[in-house]
This record gives sequence, structure tokens and C-alpha cells, in this order.
Amino acid sequence: MGKQRVYLRQYAAIAIFALAYLALGFAVRNSYYQLMMTLVLIWATLGLGWNMLSGYSGMISFGHAAFFGLGAYTVTIAFVKFGITPWLGIPLGVIVGVVAGVLIGIPTFRLRGHYFALAMLAYPLAMLYVFEWLGYQEVSLPMKRENPAYYMQFSDQRTYMVISMGVMVACMIVSMHVERSRFGRSLLAIKQNLPAAEAAGIDAARWRMYAMMLSAAMAALAGGIYAIILLVVTPQSVFGALTSAQALIVALFGGVGIFWGPVIGSAILIPLAETLHAELGYILPGIQGVVYGVAIIVIILVAPDGIYWKVRDRVMARRASPSVAPVAPALHFTETIPITAEAPARRAFGAPVLELQNVSRAFGGLRAVDEVTLSVPEGMIYGIIGPNGAGKTTLFNVLNGFLAAHQGSMRLAGQEIGGLKPHEVCARGVGRTFQVVRSFPRMTVLENVVIGAFVGAKTDLEAERLAHEALARVGMGGGQVYALAGGLTTRQLRLMELARALAPRPKLLLLDETLAGLGHDELEDVLPIIRQVNREGVTIVIIEHTMHAMVKLADHFSVLDHGRLIASGKPADVVKNPAVIEAYLGKKWMDRAQDQVA
Amino acid sequence: MDDLYWRLVDFLQAFAAGLLVGGTYGLMCVGLGIIFGVMRVVNFAHGDFMMLGMYAAFYLVTGFGVLAFLGPYAGPIVGAVLAGPIVFAIGWLLHKFLISRVTGARVISAEAEGHYAQIILTLGIALVLANGGLILFGSTPLSVQTPLSRESWEIGPVFLNQARAVGFIMAAICATGLYLFLTRTNLGKALRAAADNPIAAAYVGIDVDRAHRLAFGLGVGITGVAGGLFAMSQSFQPYIGFDFVIVMYAGVVLGGMGSILGAFWGGLTIGLVQQMSTLILPYQLQNTAIFVVFLIIVFFRPQGMFGRVWERT
Repeated sequence: MGKQRVYLRQYAAIAIFALAYLALGFAVRNSYYQLMMTLVLIWATLGLGWNMLSGYSGMISFGHAAFFGLGAYTVTIAFVKFGITPWLGIPLGVIVGVVAGVLIGIPTFRLRGHYFALAMLAYPLAMLYVFEWLGYQEVSLPMKRENPAYYMQFSDQRTYMVISMGVMVACMIVSMHVERSRFGRSLLAIKQNLPAAEAAGIDAARWRMYAMMLSAAMAALAGGIYAIILLVVTPQSVFGALTSAQALIVALFGGVGIFWGPVIGSAILIPLAETLHAELGYILPGIQGVVYGVAIIVIILVAPDGIYWKVRDRVMARRASPSVAPVAPALHFTETIPITAEAPARRAFGAPVLELQNVSRAFGGLRAVDEVTLSVPEGMIYGIIGPNGAGKTTLFNVLNGFLAAHQGSMRLAGQEIGGLKPHEVCARGVGRTFQVVRSFPRMTVLENVVIGAFVGAKTDLEAERLAHEALARVGMGGGQVYALAGGLTTRQLRLMELARALAPRPKLLLLDETLAGLGHDELEDVLPIIRQVNREGVTIVIIEHTMHAMVKLADHFSVLDHGRLIASGKPADVVKNPAVIEAYLGKKWMDRAQDQVA
Repeated sequence: MDDLYWRLVDFLQAFAAGLLVGGTYGLMCVGLGIIFGVMRVVNFAHGDFMMLGMYAAFYLVTGFGVLAFLGPYAGPIVGAVLAGPIVFAIGWLLHKFLISRVTGARVISAEAEGHYAQIILTLGIALVLANGGLILFGSTPLSVQTPLSRESWEIGPVFLNQARAVGFIMAAICATGLYLFLTRTNLGKALRAAADNPIAAAYVGIDVDRAHRLAFGLGVGITGVAGGLFAMSQSFQPYIGFDFVIVMYAGVVLGGMGSILGAFWGGLTIGLVQQMSTLILPYQLQNTAIFVVFLIIVFFRPQGMFGRVWERT
């Protein structure tokens, strides 16, 4: 219901903006200004395309001119060579753009960060030379005297403005829906913390590819419209580095990751640059480029996310300050879940959920995990201990698919999971947390957990329900679920991460030092939650350093040292094992521990 | 038989041309390699610093004729070398006032976010330099006039353009000098230490920001010299930088990111690829060949290029 209202408000805002803009455009008599106002819309559309990929998923593209240029040239060549009307040529261009997006995406997504940006820069520049070589240095669309409307040729500039506005609004609406759906949320999660997103069941490769296709489609659409308005296309003007830069600049300036961003950026920068060019272009020929360059230098130093966010943060701060900050006090949950302080009594366990057979993983000559064989029965809390560098986290990374095992087999409920990708392992019912909490810092607690829930939910609504349920299970509720993850305490972060892992209702949880960094009282808060989760039927494998907490929690201990499993058994037995004492615990500990365990 | 002979000559000619132009590319790549090696910054404006070096050399030699007294042979060479300090100064200032705000010890912890700001900032600088260049220098293609560019040495049937050959020799000398500086002097060693581990370097008393500034100035200065040398045999205009960014990154990546000596060999290889591609491809597509090679390199030699994919989880 709340979601519907937000949509309605945004639709209204878009409609008001579009009508006001067109009214202004129709009031302007000067055809040069009308053209400029149309160009604002085209560059905004290209910016929306850039934002779809780079703004949401964080993979910076310097090469959106590739799609823009392909769109423009498809329309032009279809028209000039084959007499195909742009009404068909533009959709054709979009298809060409999408195909190019897929072909470029498949190899290029393997690259990270600046390598991705650099590789993307190479594509349009390569195309530029190819089109020059093919002899398309300058292609103009001929005037059609008969039936001009059929060829998208209108004597009234304003018709183009209306068409461009329609295209841009369509792209805005698509972007808005993406932003608020599983698609956009997943992209944002990928951007903010890729490993966490994958471990939470998000198929990064698939969502990125969808984003690339949609992004390329929008850029090609902008290119096609550009061709029919300018009526002349040159490789330099559509494939040139300045075109790629423009896509990025309008989006970055106006606001990254929000569909208003490119529109705001374009509406400010394009008129500024064009006017300066018209006024001063003959003495200062590069003035447009200088304006764009200065604009992004200033924006990256002053408001790195763009104007939209800067203004919004200001407004939010002003609105929030008088009405007192936190909405509700943090719920205290100790009442809801009974604490059992003593070590778990003898319990009955089911069939093995997780079975490892001779699993090994090496880094060069270092065998980080060395022929580990273990079996975790259903319903158990299985503790793995060992000194730093023993290979505990590596074992988890192999288990959930971050790292490939070099040898051995891993079975989850009898089915092999070796070789699966992290999101696939997650989808089979394995949740995990991280040694250093991996949150999506710029999302709320609830949004963080919703990301984790997607893999277990068919609809976005169901995901939200699962997220609320998981948050309740870890005792987080009230106002704190709307707090940004970036500002949480360690305890809250640990619980949030636990909730994120629990949200899709996993069979098995891998907890990597979940208790690390917690004070004594906080520990007493978190321990019962883990026990409760286990009692509700989730099998848990936990890595821990805090021995005294582990003794209270685990039903079974395994000790790793130099990648090898050196002991395994009941906690009380394992801590007395001489090999374990030598490797890890030390003599003193044993003297003290005997009082506790015995 | 005759046909085969001429094919062989063509091949040798392209190989020689590639080698000569590759030497200059190598020097450019060394400049970029220093910056990436020491600062881990992707400098998108690097091609534009090369462009500044070209114009600096041009104005010293032809434009203002400051160096006219050195004659048409020595003048351009001295001009190219002098372009170095000029570009160094520009780079030093840009680092001090802009680039240092998104690099250095402060942002190293915030890996991803930091890179993002650097990429965007250097792109902004590239746009300002290229278009500012258009305003200051105009769009007419220029080159540094020297009789060397019209004369050749002949080795058997193969012609070596003298301007390119001299550029190659100078580039090799500069690269060697730089290598000695980095390995033999204390300042050079401090630079390499800051490259290896900026945080540890800070602990042992190396001023990381200062080391970065020096590296950035040095990196763009060296590339400025390469630009000045290249300007003897290549016409240029203010937008030339964008094409060369890819050329230079191709060389640096090929040589292994962070390896300064490797960058030189990488650049040399790129020169060979560019010139030899003309044996099978139309002349206009030689830069496309470089882009394709660049893409192939980044796809198939990813080791050492991503850093570690999974940092500690």
C-alpha cells in the first residue's frame, strides 16, 4: 500500500515536470532554443541509460557512446541505404544496441573497477575507426518531400521535443520501477558489497547482464532520436569520447543511482554548455568540454553522489532535526527468548546435512585447507576452532562457493554442491555471515535483510514478509529496522547479518566468528538467539575464537590447524586432546578450562 | 620468388617501424606505470599530459623559436627533453590541488569508493586539458619541424626514419635513466617503498603524499618527454590524448601493472602490434588493432590485474 502511494507521487511529479517543460518549450519561439531543449532530453535519456548500468550496479562505463552510436548509425543506414523509416529504424537500433550490450557484457563483466572502465572506453573508439574505414565519415538523412511524417520528418521543431519527452519519460518510469524492485535492489547490493550480495543469494552475473541490456537499449534509443533530429551523423559525434563522457557526466552531476539524476544534470549542464558554446564558441572552441570537465571535478570533490542526493540530505536533515531523531527505542528481546545458560544437554540429531570428503584448497604451495573430512548431522551446532591462519574462513569460502575446492566432494543433504556459485549454494539453503560484517551500508536494516530474502521469495512482497520474520527471530524490531546499516553498533550489525542469512529460511547456517567483537553483556544477548534459531531446526556450523562462548554453544568441536583437521569430538574431550592444546589452546587454558567443562 | 622477397621486406619494414615507434610508446607507458605502481591511481588524463608535452616541445622549438639557435637537428631533441620539466610542474600542481584529495593514505582503506572518485576526477582533468588545449592551441594539426623526419637511414632494403630512430634512442636513454633513479637513489627507493606498501612506508617515515606528488609529476613529465619526441614524426591536435590513453594502458597492462621495466616492454610490443597490423589490416584500423589487443590482454591475462578478487571475508 505504501509502495503504491510512493509510485503515485512519483508519477505525478514526472507528469508535472514533463508538462511544465513542454509548456516552456512551446512558449519559446526561437528554434535554436527549442533544439537545445530537445537535446537536453536526448542527453538525459543517454544519462538514464548510463545510470541503469553504472549508477545502480557501480560498474563505471566510459563507453556508452558505443550503444548511442550504434543506435544512431542503425537508423541512418537503414534510412539511407534501405529506405526504412526511422519509425522502424529506431526499434531496430535498440535491438542492435541490446545485442551489442550482450556481446560486450559477456567478456567485459569479468573485469573489475578501472579495468572495466578502460575496456568500455575501448569499444566506441574501436567502432569509431571501423565506421570511418567503412566510409561513413558523414552520413546525412535526405529530406523527404512526400509523406514526411512517415519518415519522422516534421517542420515543427516542437514535434521532436514531444517525441523526445515521451522517450525520456518512458525511460524514467522504467528506471523508477527497476529502482524499487528486486532488480534494482540486487544491483545496489552488488554495488555496495559484492561478496555479501553473492553470499546472500544474488546472481550478480544475471542482474548485471539485464542491467547492461536495458542500459544499452536506452542509450541506443537516445542515439536513434539524435540521428533523426540532427539529420547528420559522424563517427566522431556519436562514438567520440566526449559522447561517452557526456552520458556519465549528466548522471553523475545530477545524481547517481536515481532516475531524476540524469534529468537534473542534463537540464543544468546542457543549456549551460550549449549557450557558452554559442556565445563564445568562435573564440573559445572547446568551451563545452571545459564546462563538463570542471563540472565533474567540482561535483566529485563537493558532492560525489550528485546534486539530487546533496539536496535531499539537506532537506532530510532540516526536516529531521526538530522532530527528534530515533523513531523508537531499540527493542529489548531478552524477554521473548528464554536464556539457557548451561551447556546444551545431550541431544538427538538427524541424518547428516553437510558432508565433506577430503576437501582441499591450496594457494600456490600453501595448503590452506588440506583433506578435510567431516559430517554435520541435522540440528547440530557444530563448532570449528583453530588458531589464526588455520584455514577456517577458507573452508567456509570453499563451502559457499567463493573459492573452488581443488579436490574432494561436498554434499548438502546428499547432493553435491562443489562447483556451484555462491548464489546457487545460497539458493540450496546455506546462509552465511562474515568474520568482518559485510553489510550494505547505505541501505536500511530492513532493506539489507530483504536482499537476503529474495532468494527464498517469489514476489517482492513475500521477500519483505520473510525479512520482517527474520528480523523478529533475531529480536530486531521497531524503529531500528529503518536505520541505515552504516550507523549500527557491532551487536546490531551481527544480528542484522544473522537475520539476512536467516531470511530465506536456510537449512544450514555458516557463522564466521559471529561473536567476535562483542562485549560480555552483548554476548549474553546473542548466544540465546543462536540457540533459539538452532532449536527451530537450523543446523549451524560456527567458527569461533571466544572459547568460553563456544563451549557453551557447540555440541561438537572440530579443530583445524594448518588446514588439517587435527581433532574432532565432544567439546569436553576435544579441549583435553594434547594435540589441540599444543596447536591452539595452550597449557594455561587447559588448567582453567577443566574447571568449566568438567 | 620476387614476391616473397618484397613481402619479407614489407615485414621487416613494418617490424622496424614498430620497434622505433614502440620505443616512444614504451617511454609513455613507463610514465603511466610509475603513477599506477606508486599511487594505484588510474590516470585517465595521461594521454593529455602527453599532448601537453607535444605542445611544449612545439612552442619551444617552432612556435616561439626559443631553441632556434640550437639548429634544426639538436633543437627538437632538446625541446622534447625540456618539455619534461614543464609537464612535471603542471602535474605536480594538479596533484597538489586536486588529485591528492582523492588519493593517498586516506582513501586506500576505502578501495572501491576511492577508485571511483579517482576515475571520475582524472576524466574531468582530461576533458579540461583536451578542451582547454583546443582553446589555447587551436585545432590545426601541428608537428615539430625537423629535417630528421624527412630523412632515413637505410639498412639494406629497410628504411629507418631518422626522427623516429632518434626518438627511439632518446626514449631508451630516458627509460634507463629512470630505472637507475628508481633502483639506485634513496629517493627512488623511497618511491618504490611507497608503492609496495603505503601504510608501512608511512610508518618508516616516508611522506606518502610527497612521494605520490613526486611520482605523479615524474610520471607525467616522462610522458611529456615521450610526447615531445613523438611530435617530431607525428602530427597532433589537442584531442590526441584520448586515443593514446588506451594505447598506453594496453602497454602497461601487457607489461604487468606496477612493473616499471615491464611497462617499457609492453609499450614496445604495442608499437610493434600497431605497425605490423598494417600488413594485414587497412591503415585506418591500426588503432582498432591496438584496442582489440588491449581487450584480449585484459581478458586473458587477468592475474595481477584485479588485485585479489576475494579479500579476507
